[in-house]
Parts: sequence; C-alpha cells; structure tokens
Amino acid sequence: MKAEQSMEDRILQWREHLNRHQSIQSVDADELEDHLRSQIESLEEQGLDEDEAFLVSVKRMGNLSDISREFALEYSERLWKQLLIPPVRDEQSEEKQSDTFVAFGLALAAAATVKLPQLFGFSFDGSPDSESFYMRNIILLILPFLAAFFVWKRRLEPSEIIKVTAPFVAAALLINLLPFTRLGSTELLAVIHLPIAVWFVLGLAYMGGKWNNHSQRMNFVRFSGEWFIYLTLIAFGGGVLTMFTVFIFDSIGMDAELFVQSWLLPCGVAGAVVVSGWLVEAKQSIIENMAPVLTRLFTPLFALLLLSYIIAMLWTGTGILVEREVLIGFDLLLVVILGLLLYSISARDPHAAPDLFDRLQFLLIVSALLVDIFALWAIAARISEFGFSPNKVAALGENLILLINLAGSAFLYGKFLLKRTTFSTLERWQMTYFPVYPIWAAIVVIIFPIIFKFQ
Amino acid sequence: MDIGKDLVAASATPLVLAILSEGENYGYAIIKRVGELSDGELQWTDGMLYPLMHRLERNGSISASWGKSETGRKRKYYRLTDSGKQQLVLHQQQWNVVDAALRGIWRDEFNPALQKS
Repeated sequence: MKAEQSMEDRILQWREHLNRHQSIQSVDADELEDHLRSQIESLEEQGLDEDEAFLVSVKRMGNLSDISREFALEYSERLWKQLLIPPVRDEQSEEKQSDTFVAFGLALAAAATVKLPQLFGFSFDGSPDSESFYMRNIILLILPFLAAFFVWKRRLEPSEIIKVTAPFVAAALLINLLPFTRLGSTELLAVIHLPIAVWFVLGLAYMGGKWNNHSQRMNFVRFSGEWFIYLTLIAFGGGVLTMFTVFIFDSIGMDAELFVQSWLLPCGVAGAVVVSGWLVEAKQSIIENMAPVLTRLFTPLFALLLLSYIIAMLWTGTGILVEREVLIGFDLLLVVILGLLLYSISARDPHAAPDLFDRLQFLLIVSALLVDIFALWAIAARISEFGFSPNKVAALGENLILLINLAGSAFLYGKFLLKRTTFSTLERWQMTYFPVYPIWAAIVVIIFPIIFKFQ
Repeated sequence: MDIGKDLVAASATPLVLAILSEGENYGYAIIKRVGELSDGELQWTDGMLYPLMHRLERNGSISASWGKSETGRKRKYYRLTDSGKQQLVLHQQQWNVVDAALRGIWRDEFNPALQKS
C-alpha cells in the first residue's frame, strides 16, 4: 500500500514538471500520463520492480523540455495567454461564459440607464439643467451595475445586498435633495468626492460584503488599479471608433458629432465601466497585473520629479501658490504617489529582503512627505490670512490624511530598510488606514454642505 | 542499429498513418506496434510521438476522441480520416520510389553490406 502511494506520488510529481511547461496543456498531460502509466504497467508485467519500471518509462518518454518545444512549434498560440477564448471546454469555461453574459447584460443595462433621464428632459445637449443633473448623478447611474455584477459573482446574501444597495440610494437622495447653490464650491466638492465614496461601496460588493478582511482590501486595491488600466485601454479604442464615426459620416455630409456626444460617448463609457470590471475579474489569474509593472517603471521617475521640484523650490525660495487648480493638482499628485506605493506593496513578496527598489520607494515617500508639508504650509498660511472656505478646508483635510499616511509609511519603510520590522507591517498599516478615504469623502459630500450652508 | 534522426523523423508520419489504417488506436499502442514492426530496431522517444499526433490531427489526416482504457483511465484514441487515407497512399508511392531505387542499386552493382559479411 505504501509503495503504491509512492508510485502515485512520483507520477504526480512528474506531471507537475510537465505542467510547468506552458505549451503543454492539462489534456495533453492527461494523454502523456496515460502513456507513462501504460508503459509502467507493461514493464511491471515483464518483471521489473516499481522503481525500475518508473525510471525506464520516464527515460523513454524523453526530455520534457524537448517535448514541450515540439508542442510549442505545433501550438504557438499557447504561448500567448488567451483571455477570452478558453482553450478547453470544461466547467470553468462554462462559468466564464455565464459571467460574460451577465457582464454584457449589465453593461447594456448601464448604457440604457445613462440615457433613461432623457424621459425626464435631461440629455447630453449641454443645457445647464442637464449638465448639473449628470454632473451629480452620472456615477450613480453607472456604478451600481458594476456592483451588481459582483453581487451576482460573489453570491451575496440578502443582508449584504442591502448593505451595498443602501449607500447608493442614500447617495442618490443626498446629492439630489440637498439644496446646493448651483455650481457653488460645496456642490463641486460633493461632485468630486461622491465617486470616491461610491467606489468604496463597490468595494464592499467586490469583497463579498466582507469589509474587515485586510487581504480582501488589498485585492480590491489590485482590482481598482487593473480596472483603471483596462478602462483606459477601452477608452483609447473608443476614441478611435469615435474619430472614425465622425470622419466617415462627415464624408457624406452628415454631422455625427451630436450622435457621438449624446449617445456613443455616454453609453460607451457606461458599458466600458462594467466591461472593464468583468475583464479584470476574468483575467485575474491568467495575465500578469499591469499596475505593479507601471509602478516599477514610474517610481524612480516620480521620485526624481519630486526631488527636483523640492530643490527648485528651495533654490528660488518660492512657496506654492494656493489656487483651486493648484490645490487639486497637488492632491492628485499625492494620490498618484500613494497609488505607486500601494501597487508596489500589492505585488511585493512580503518576505523578500529590502533591495534597491525599496530604497527608491523610500526616497519617493520621503520627498512626497516634504511636498505635502509645503502644500499644507501654504494652505494653512492662506487660511490664517483669509479665513476658512470649503475648498481650503477640503484641501487641508486631504493633505492631512495623506500626510499621516505618508509619515506612517516613511516611518515603517525606514524601519524595514534597517531590518527592524517586516514588510507586512507596512502592508497592514496601509490596509488599516484604508477606510479613512471613503469616510473623509463621505464627510465632504454630506457634512461640508451643511457646515458651509450650501455655498 | 542506430537509425539517424532524420530518417526516423521522415518515416514517422507514414508509419503512424499505416498503423492507424489497421484501425483506431492510442499513443502507447502505436509506439509498441512500431517496435513490433521493426523488431525493436526503430526506437522513438515516446514523448515526441504526441506533438506529431497533434500535428497530424490539425492538418486533418487523423481525428481524435477521448475514451476510456480497460482500467477506466482517460485515454485519447486516434483514427485515420479520409484525407489521411489519401495521404497514406501518397506516402506509400513516395516510399516505394525510394525503396525501389535503393534496392535496384544494391542488388545489381555492388552490395557493401553483403561484401563485408
């Protein structure tokens, strides 16, 4: 019995070797395994013992790399991982197929929903009423469909579905019923922060309703980055489609711009949001994540940018000008840097020792911390001179949130580089800090208008 | 006797097609049949048979289906298609030409292999 076990183990091990070759798929491995077993059986019948039979059979099978190379010649497409075309029909591919149907159904529904307000007189014609409506609501017309995809995919319980649905409903009521001054600061701030808050509601659905699990939070971070990259790629394709739509109809004297603006663009964006989410889900384990690759590429460059900026600022002695665009720009810059940090964490082996890239990352965090302090300094000076305004308080809050995050990260990264702590403490710090962003965004959407009297 | 790699490769396709013309068969049995037919002189690296089988399947000479072995294991069976039969006829014609030419020259004029022994 024991000997038989070890034979099975050895065959299993041999098969694992086989599976490491990308050009040999598991059905081919089945076939080769059947051959190996037949050979072993026949050698045993001839009187060889198990060990000999196994060794001779493996030897006769030949060098696995050579076989794999032959397979690769025959199936060159296997070296290119296929995202949408499963090479073998099995249960998994059936599940993928139903995913596809649901995802495209939801994408179509999202595209239709974006146009639904037309029944109530809101369109994409650029009239002030419509513009204000869509500015506030577009995210709420689209994102619930992506959330619905994950509700379906993760098989959420009814109680969890309520937890996901309620914030969407609350957001829709708030953003439409609060008496904002049209295009006032608080309305614009709410419009900017609503998508951030709502994105985390999507996160709740993505994580299967389990908000407190750190590794699930990290998965959602990974998802968000990949989603953004896929959306960008689809948007690029959409841009090409749009260009040709206008161009070819122009050639017969028809103006397609209105169609593009009021149908193609809004419906396309709505569909793309859902489709990107599904694509990321489908490719998860098939194709390497792109966000960490971009992170590796851009971390040194952004570190260089920030360092030269700090040097230039110290050299000329000029402080940061506090204007709305400048503040938004700096916040975005710091968010990008936070993203670089998050994605390098998300892809890093937590047990690996610190290397050159970690030093670069540390440099980036420290220089971002300095820039953040300069920005905070400028905002504080401005507030003490001119008093509070919604924009300045929002900027102050955001910079403080990032300051705390960056300071904590710099501290822990420094300790890690000195080998006083493990990398996972840094990961834990980031994931513990994670809920701060949606909470702050919700505060800006809900509390700010009330404090600042909807100005 | 060590038979050169090129000759083994060149004879592999007609041999496989000919063996399958005897009826449906699977990889291990095909290798065994090759051994029987050549009195063990033709030794293939077993694993290399499968890329060849898949190539023949792709160009339509043979077709494959999954079945079960006597012991219930998953096993892939191959059979000759009509186009494979035509291929086999072509191969036979070509090999007959080669065979006839070699036999002719070895019988008529000199025969180093016989002279040595």
